[in-house]
Amino acid sequence: MKQSLILASIFAAAMAAVSQWAGAQSTFDAVRAKGYVQCGVNTGLAGFSQPDSKGVWRGIDVDVCRAVAAAVFGDPGKVRYTPLTSQQRFTALQSGEVDVLSRNTTWTITRDTSLGLNFIGVNYYDGQGFIVPRKLGVKSAKQLNGATVCVQPGTTTELNLADYFRANKMTFKPVVIEKLEEVLNAYFARRCDVYTTDVSGLVAIRASRAPNPAEHVILPEVISKEPLGPVVRHGDDRWFDVVKWSLYAMIEAEEQGLTSRNIDEHLRSSNPAIQRFVGAIGDVGKALGLDNRWAYNIVKQVGNYGESFDRNLTPLGFDRGINKLWTQGGLMYAPPIR
Amino acid sequence: MKLSFNDPRFRSLVYQAAAIVSALAFGAYLVSNTLANLEERRIASGFAFLAREAGFAIGETTLIAYSAADSYLRALTVGLANTLRVSLIGIFAATVLGTLIGLARLSHNWLLARLAAAYVEFIRNVPLLVQLFLWYVLITENLPGSRGALEPLPGWYLSNRGIHFPVPEPHPAYAWMLGAFVAGTVAAIGCAWCGRRRQARTGRRPPVLEIALACVLVPPALAYFAGGAPTALSVPQLTGFNFTGGMTLTPEFAALGAGLVIYTAAFIAEIVRAGVLAIPYGQFEAAFALGLRRPLAMRLVVLPQALRVIVPPLTNQYLNLTKNSSLAVAIGYPDIVSIANTAMNQTGQSIEGIAIIMAVYLTISLSISAFMNWYNARIALRGG
Repeated sequence: MKQSLILASIFAAAMAAVSQWAGAQSTFDAVRAKGYVQCGVNTGLAGFSQPDSKGVWRGIDVDVCRAVAAAVFGDPGKVRYTPLTSQQRFTALQSGEVDVLSRNTTWTITRDTSLGLNFIGVNYYDGQGFIVPRKLGVKSAKQLNGATVCVQPGTTTELNLADYFRANKMTFKPVVIEKLEEVLNAYFARRCDVYTTDVSGLVAIRASRAPNPAEHVILPEVISKEPLGPVVRHGDDRWFDVVKWSLYAMIEAEEQGLTSRNIDEHLRSSNPAIQRFVGAIGDVGKALGLDNRWAYNIVKQVGNYGESFDRNLTPLGFDRGINKLWTQGGLMYAPPIR
Repeated sequence: MKLSFNDPRFRSLVYQAAAIVSALAFGAYLVSNTLANLEERRIASGFAFLAREAGFAIGETTLIAYSAADSYLRALTVGLANTLRVSLIGIFAATVLGTLIGLARLSHNWLLARLAAAYVEFIRNVPLLVQLFLWYVLITENLPGSRGALEPLPGWYLSNRGIHFPVPEPHPAYAWMLGAFVAGTVAAIGCAWCGRRRQARTGRRPPVLEIALACVLVPPALAYFAGGAPTALSVPQLTGFNFTGGMTLTPEFAALGAGLVIYTAAFIAEIVRAGVLAIPYGQFEAAFALGLRRPLAMRLVVLPQALRVIVPPLTNQYLNLTKNSSLAVAIGYPDIVSIANTAMNQTGQSIEGIAIIMAVYLTISLSISAFMNWYNARIALRGG
């Protein structure tokens, strides 16, 4: 009996010690140890994160995860994807189920603070809009008084929608459905008059899911700012730096004119900025805890920001708009890699 | 009791004390570890978020006025009201439907019995979530939009936004009517009790049914006329996108209600059938010997006895129905789980949100089972 008491107390102490130790390990070390990045993505939003007909995940959010894997492991294939709905995404990240959440998530102060998350940057500047069937004859969002609006729960969309209608002294009836497929079914079945989400989502949905895309019109009003970007947990500075600079490497590469096709020629460039980027001189990679070829790997194997955009979003009818580089009048600006 | 490990009572006390202390210590460790982790990751904790503005709108509010400017606490209360509404109506309807189907399966009419059996076997074995999606799709895809709504009766509109029907405009006479109805019901119950006592004493039963009906129907009618006989109706009208006025039964509520009731009725049918089959056939034979036909024998002799077997598993089914209503989030009905999920997402406080959901369901379920246990004790066999 004494024996079992002693054994039990040793077991309890060991359990406490193990869990303390496990909690203290940083995400960067954990990812390196397990050999792949666990990436939280959308259940299926064309252009951002969606499996294609062969089950391969594609999209600009997916490309960010692949860039992180290319930077850490040299192989963009070392990613596993967890599809998450808008209600599951934050608890999945907070609990450690995913290492990074790359799921067209809007950067807001509440999410940055009271949710215990850190946004690493913006990979798509967007705004919220409305899509209505052309038959309704509605030309502006201000004509939507009394309409039934389909929306997904737990999103900034839901809050902005309520704010907009309140500010314009209009009323509406919400139909709130969690799964993207189900809420789109409700919209296309005319259960509601309007569907609202980020304009990027509206364009993608009209192009990929509408039975007849010409029958739907996106209203001109953009009612909010929605800077979309990948997210990591608080208290994980090293991992935060790695993910942040993976995204900025893609944007900087486009600014420097480096693409996956021509970067091999630039390996022997005499331009010091490019030399630093590809790791020929300097120790930037080591400072991040990565190989010095981290940025070269990203551009060679995943591409720069423009290539990712053209591959995923341009075929759906998106134009760069405010997502152009700052040198061309847009908002994409990467801090210098030096 | 000697203070030595050789004494069995002392040993058992020591073991129990050790078990309690280690359970408490484990619980304290879990709580403190969780709080420390939340603090380290700077995730907000505490229930202060309940007073903050919710910021989101809710599609269906049962009797509670709510707008996006109200607090999270009010939003959760609306969710609770929605859950209670669908649960209570569902429990009532499922019991009625389940009893009818259970008795149908016992019927000597071959077609009726087979149909009831097919219903039970099919409905029981398909997952509830699938059935809810099916109902929702049937309702939203097969009914026309609000601009082409069907009008089966004047003022009643059927569209995929719901069933819209006229209701009387609010008027003080209706409050009087409600009060008169409640008073009349109490009088009717008292009358039935008096009638039973009179029958036990003298063997003659006064016309209880007629008097009770009069008590229940006449006072509200008098109150209606005394209040001014208002006839104003609020009729639904198509204005712009939707119908305003009247009352609306939304497709979400209809789909959830239909799905839950039909699913749970299949289980209740089997429980009722089991209860009736548990009564020895001798009871039926005795009733037939008294000259009662089968339906009367069932109602007066067998079912009251079968209730003792039926009520405990029936409690289970009521609790199942209440908890299954949380599937509402899949089809867009704003019940407590759906709204608490939204609150968890907007504030990041998952632990408090889950605690609220658990507390709500625990309270509802304990209330239902407390009531059913009281009823069970009331109908139990007394004595040996």
